[in-house]
Order: sequence, then structure tokens, then C-alpha cells
Amino acid sequence: MKFALLIYESPDAFASRKGDGSDAYTGAWRAYHKALVESDVFVGGDPLEVPETGTTIKVKDGKRGVQDGPYADTKEQLGGFTIIEVPSLDAALEWAARCPAASYGAVEVRPLAPETRRRIVE
Amino acid sequence: MSGSDGEKVQRTVERVARESYGRLVAYLSVHTQDLAGAEDALSEALLKALTVWPRDGVPQNPEAWLLTTARNSIIDFFRHQRIVLDSEPNLLLLTQNSAEDPLETNYPDERLKLLFVCAHPAIDPAMHTPLMLQAVLGLDAARISGAFLVSPKTMGQRLVRAKTKIRDGGIRFEVPERSALRRLDAILEAIYAAFGIGWDDMAGADQHGRGLAEEAIWLARVLLEQMPREAEVQGLLALMLHCEARRAARRDQDGRYVPLSEQDPKLWSLPLIEAAERYLAEASKYGRPGRFQLEAAIQSVHAERARGRRVEWKAIVQFYAQLIRMSPTIGRQTGYAAALAEADGTEHGLAVLDSMDRDSVSAYQPYWAVRAHLLQRLGRTAEASDAYDRAIGLAEDPAIRQFLLKKRG
Repeated sequence: MKFALLIYESPDAFASRKGDGSDAYTGAWRAYHKALVESDVFVGGDPLEVPETGTTIKVKDGKRGVQDGPYADTKEQLGGFTIIEVPSLDAALEWAARCPAASYGAVEVRPLAPETRRRIVE
Repeated sequence: MSGSDGEKVQRTVERVARESYGRLVAYLSVHTQDLAGAEDALSEALLKALTVWPRDGVPQNPEAWLLTTARNSIIDFFRHQRIVLDSEPNLLLLTQNSAEDPLETNYPDERLKLLFVCAHPAIDPAMHTPLMLQAVLGLDAARISGAFLVSPKTMGQRLVRAKTKIRDGGIRFEVPERSALRRLDAILEAIYAAFGIGWDDMAGADQHGRGLAEEAIWLARVLLEQMPREAEVQGLLALMLHCEARRAARRDQDGRYVPLSEQDPKLWSLPLIEAAERYLAEASKYGRPGRFQLEAAIQSVHAERARGRRVEWKAIVQFYAQLIRMSPTIGRQTGYAAALAEADGTEHGLAVLDSMDRDSVSAYQPYWAVRAHLLQRLGRTAEASDAYDRAIGLAEDPAIRQFLLKKRG
């Protein structure tokens, strides 16, 4: 089964990304990514730029609405996502618990929807 | 009634619930063979206490009051449903008892039967521990779910399913014959699972503490009360107390992880170490060695540092070797490798790690932590960095992650 790990981070965490690569934030993420790949569960994923760089679009009654910033106005914001393939939800939760963001932000685990995908793609 | 009286009643209810919950649930469910029904009746009685006691005063014997109230609601339920069951004679017994002095407190302690039901072979082993935590200690599904990393809703559903199986599956509330006492192993395993991983003798190994150490020790004490002559029950308690003794030393003032070899033995709890040693000595009298006694013995060797002695690594190697002969789990092989590296030299420890099955260790964090440590000691820096990355990536505890990141450099 494929699951998305949706990674939510605080403004502090986003700020600590600016290190030179030898910092603890990057080190923890590099190691986590490596563990996912070496354990053969990594399918894909990427970090996202900081929330302020987002632009949100809505088209209502034929009128375009454009808003600066992310869609949801919450303190912790979506900071990236990882797709993993594991045998069960239990295994996905184990990997989510190991994610660096689980101890300083939050990680939401969501199953991908292969049935819906099939109906759309085929 | 003043606010403080209300709080006092609330505290009394909480105290009685904590101390007597398991005994009451055990007694009620043994008679009805229905664990969920017993729990419901008891929680109803506890709720009722919160309204009746502030009004009429706390009864002289709160436990007996709860028992009578819960028992009556079970009897009412059966009458209302007009259910005719195999358990009717038992129900009759329950009814007859209720005519007796309501202040009776000498109702039998049936918690051992309840523990055997919770760890019954017909129940999914993954549910043994959650069932015990709920039935014997009264923990709610939300609290249990956090410790076992499943959602509260899922944990609640799994508990309901397990209890239905107990009621409808003909699982008997009884202590098995001596010959079937292998079933005791399932209880011990389940209690230990609540404790989380106990050892901390491998530097940088993720601990996966479940935050239920106190509950696990409580369960082990309940079991020991009921089975005072079982060596492995004593061994399990000794193991957990040794690990618990080091709690304060495992983190420094800034919350940073301190590996066992760098812990200050002055911060260890001597009373807990002494209690552990007493249980272990008592266990050895029965001449029935077992897994938990061996694991406690390993921790006992480390505890010698509290008396200013050095760690006898050769003894630890022997204990791990015995554990591996029983069953060569990856945890034991990793512990053996770590101990051998100290006793005979780093290369020997690394050779054991090299011989282990690659697939089974791929997501096993302690293996990578030990491997990184040994490689670094041998000056194989590039390989060490790789292994550190694996250990860091697999760690769940941020303090362990920070420790390993620093060691990696």
C-alpha cells in the first residue's frame, strides 16, 4: 500500500532550513531519507518552499480570486511530502514516527487512493 | 456541598478506581465470562459514585459499594434481556452473593485468571498488552493507542473485537494446568511489551519507551502476588526495576541522551537496584533459568558500577550467548556483538554484525547504532558515517537522533 506522509512544520523549523547542510536539521532529514531509500520503501516526495511563497487561486462565478500565501491559515504549515510503499498502515505509522518532523511538528499519514486514480487516469 | 468536598469525592473515586479496578473487573467478569460487560458495569458504578457520594457521603467501604452497585447493574441487565446463558449458575452465584453483607471485602482476587484470559492463545498477540492495560489497570483506549502507535479509534475497535471474542469464543476464565504454564510466557511478554524496550546497554540505540513503565511494573507486581514462586516472574520484575533505576541518569540537565557507559552511577536509584537484585537472587533459587532472568542478569552486571566495580563484559557475553541459544533474535545478536567488542576487541564484535542477515537488520535501528560505533572506533570513518546515517534515520527519539548526529560529526 502506498501512503503519503504530509509533513507539517512550524515557522521555526522553516527558518532552520537555511543552514549550510552540516546543521542538525539537514543531517536528520538526510539520514531519514537514506533510511527510507535503503529500506526500499521510498517512492517519491519533495520538500516545499516556505509557505509565504505560496499563491492560492480560486475561481468563483467566473471570477478569479488570487491570494498571497498558503490556503490554510494555521501556525504549522505543509512543508513537504513523502510517498512510501509499505505492507500496512501500522508500518506507515512506524515510518512516520521516525520522521524528524514528528518530534518538532506533525506528520499526517494518508493512504493514496489508487481506485480513484484508476477512474481518473484510465 | 462545597467545591472542595466535590474534589475530595472525586479524588476518592479516582483512588479506589486505581487501586481496585482490576480486582473488581476480574471478580465480575469471572462470574459472567463477559469482560466488556463487567467493565461497563464498573464504569457505570464509578459514575454513580460521583453523584451519590457527594450527597450521601463516601461509604465506609467504597470498594464494596462499587462491587455491589456494579453487580446489581449486571444482574438487572441480564434480567432485562431475559438472557439464558451457560453462565446462569454463575449469575445465580453473583445474585446470592449480593444478599450477603454489602460491606464484605474478602471477595477473591481473580486477577490471575483475568491476565490469562487477556494473553489467551486465541487472542491476537498484538492485543494481549492493550487488553491487560485496559482490563487490569483501567487505562482508556486513547492512552493505550499512543503507546502502541495506532489511532485511538482503531485501538478502541480492536479492543471491542477482542472482548467479543472472549465472551463468544468460549475462552474460559481460569488458571491453566501446570503443564500448560507455557501460557505464562505470553503474560510475561505482554507485560514486558508495555514496558517498552528495557535495555540501554547499546549506545545510541533507540529506546521506544512506551511511557507505560510504571503500569508494566504494577502488572508484574500483581502477577508476582498471585504467582510468588515463578522464577521468570521475578526475573521480569528484576529486569524492569534495573532499567527503571537508571531513568534519571539517561538524560542530562539539558535533556540530552547519556549512553549507559557515560551515566553517573550516583544518579541511579539504589533502592530499585537492590530490589531488583533481591528478586533476581530469589529467582535463582528455583533453578529454572529463563529469558527474563538472563536479561536481568545482564543489567545486574552493569549495575555493579554503582558499587564502584568495573563492568565484567565477559559475563555479559556469556549471558547473551545463552539468550541466543534459546532464540537468536536480531536484538540479542546485536547485544552480543556490542558486548563482545568490549570483551574481546572491536573487530570481533564487528565480525558478528557482519555475519547477520542483511534484510532483517535493514530497519533495525540498534544494529546500525552499534555498527557505526564500532566502525568509528576502528577508524573506518566513511563506513561509520554511512552507518550513523542509517541509525539516525531510523531513530524515533529526538534525543537519540541528536546524540548520533553529534557522534557522526
